[in-house]
Amino acid sequence: MSIFVDADTRVVVQGITGKEGQFHARQCVEYGTNVVAGVTPGKGGQKMDEVPVFHSVAAAAAETGANCSLIFVPPPFAADAIMEAADAGVNVIVTITEGIPVLDMMRVKHYLMLKPTRLIGPNCPGVITPGAAKVGIMPAPIHKAGGPIGVVSRSGTLTYEVVYQLTAQGIGQTTCIGIGGDPVNGTNFIDCLEAFEADPETKGVVMVGEIGGSAEEQAAQFIKEKMSKPVVSFIAGMTAPPGRRMGHAGAIISGGTGTAQGKVKALKAAGVHVCENLGRIGELCAKVF
Amino acid sequence: MKIHEYQAKQLFSQYEISIPRGAVADSPDAARVAAQSLGAFPVAVKAQIHAGGRGKGGGVKIAKDLAEVEKYAGDIIGMNLVTPQTGAEGQPVKRLLIESGLEIEKELYLSLMTDRESAEVLIMASEAGGMDIETVAAETPEKIIKVYVNPLSGIYPYHCRQAAFGLNLGKELLKPFSQMLTRLYHLLMEKDASLVEINPLVITKDQELIALDAKINFDDNALYRQKDVAEMRDLDEEDPLDVEASKYNLNYINLDGTVGNMVNGAGLAMAVMDTIKLAGAEPANFLDVGGGATAEMIENGFRIILSDKKVKAILINIFGGILRCDVLAEGVVKAAKNTQIDVPLVVRMEGTNVEEGRQILAESGMEIQTARDLADAGEKVAALV
Repeated sequence: MSIFVDADTRVVVQGITGKEGQFHARQCVEYGTNVVAGVTPGKGGQKMDEVPVFHSVAAAAAETGANCSLIFVPPPFAADAIMEAADAGVNVIVTITEGIPVLDMMRVKHYLMLKPTRLIGPNCPGVITPGAAKVGIMPAPIHKAGGPIGVVSRSGTLTYEVVYQLTAQGIGQTTCIGIGGDPVNGTNFIDCLEAFEADPETKGVVMVGEIGGSAEEQAAQFIKEKMSKPVVSFIAGMTAPPGRRMGHAGAIISGGTGTAQGKVKALKAAGVHVCENLGRIGELCAKVF
Repeated sequence: MKIHEYQAKQLFSQYEISIPRGAVADSPDAARVAAQSLGAFPVAVKAQIHAGGRGKGGGVKIAKDLAEVEKYAGDIIGMNLVTPQTGAEGQPVKRLLIESGLEIEKELYLSLMTDRESAEVLIMASEAGGMDIETVAAETPEKIIKVYVNPLSGIYPYHCRQAAFGLNLGKELLKPFSQMLTRLYHLLMEKDASLVEINPLVITKDQELIALDAKINFDDNALYRQKDVAEMRDLDEEDPLDVEASKYNLNYINLDGTVGNMVNGAGLAMAVMDTIKLAGAEPANFLDVGGGATAEMIENGFRIILSDKKVKAILINIFGGILRCDVLAEGVVKAAKNTQIDVPLVVRMEGTNVEEGRQILAESGMEIQTARDLADAGEKVAALV
């Protein structure tokens, strides 16, 4: 079992003929993901390797039964691409694009509330169910199939570090999800925790957070009230200065809120095993799980 | 991105939001001319820097005649203004805003911002104007009225009424207030602002609503479609090393410690700073070279770290995904050839093409300590400073 994506997921890649889209679409295919279509408006009818390219997501979905979209289009066109995918009836939309204006994402978020679609990201590495499907840009070899641990994170390379240490300890993963580093995103920590709690194969969760906003505090509340499975967490940014955007658009301490210290406190109070030293998170997981 | 008060007020003018009469001056002479053009006293002499709390640092004075205008202007221009927001080193003042004084009956607070939790525009208003709103929020949250506007439906009169009644505005102010709030909303949406704040918004004795102060922040991600806003950027208000780094698309923030560090990915970069601290040292910077960094970007990152004289040792931590370890290693070697590296270097690499990367470093003839994992890297670099 897994959450959000599995061996039956049929992926359409939006922006498949661009440099990044092409590179990562190939990597996904190589991993064994069912990449059934690509979309680049104006390039319908062409092929990227063996993958047919369409003018629109609607056409791609109708022809190939695609039910998941992976988006690489540049920021000015990303909101358009997400809403197009949602309108075409795709179930899951994974948006890798970094740098989408906040107002665009605010409108997209409210638009998607009217649809059954799940958005993951933007500004994220995507989702991988090791051994079944990779819908994103993460390096595949660091993962270990078969579970029993779910991973959810706001960051890309930080997630790779955590997964690498889990695998080094012999701990496999059910699904790893990057929810993205932007202030307004689709899927949040609680959505993922809820899905992991319901997934019989997942026995525990690693949650990787960072400064900014209050998603970790809300997750702590959820864990306290609704979760039976153990959670290990790491929060990046204990040394981050207030008022500065730390790379991710959403990683900023403003008006005294969003500090790593506050998040760690809330998580500890919810019974979460908080790891203070990232270099040792694998060891801690081996103890807890 | 931040802009100055006078620039924010220029935008207010474009949107027909009332501001005091005023003019910008960059010398005592220009300040005199500006004050003369206003025709009446008193006038306010206000330092133009991005940081708030200017009054507390002596950057805002009320002048009752031309002699005082010139004196205050002379005092403030060129001063290193230290406010609660600038840090101890302060910020040099280059420009003043000279404004007509107002007869104030009441001071209010009004702001609009993009709210990350609700994904809506959050309007905040308070009768506790002129005070630090964060203090008001912490001590007397009941004095703040919050109204949320859905970005798809936009602002309606009931949103404005909710704020106006919450502020206990008189009937005669209801219409002008609603008009002002609606215009502010349009400004935020059309200019991709992340915050528009007026503190204080004053009610004059003549029952006029005037924005006495103005602060606007913008979404950096939207500057590509806001050319006129992007032109208002004042590089003098930013750290020179930060500015240099942004030219090369590097995410760099200069900090106070002695351990320079270079990492791919923002979350991991923060975690590496924390690791340095945990090992007993202090990070000198935040530097995220990004997922798709090239050898040139690595080299530029190196140059920026090395131009910071506080740096006593450097830690490079790369988790190769999109950025391959051999590319990183080439960048490091190239940078070493082109710049004088006179501090010890600790490298930790993992991921795509790690063996090739390690080989490039080993064959470079450079003195590099390698670390087997992140914890080891932190301890090794901390031992060097």
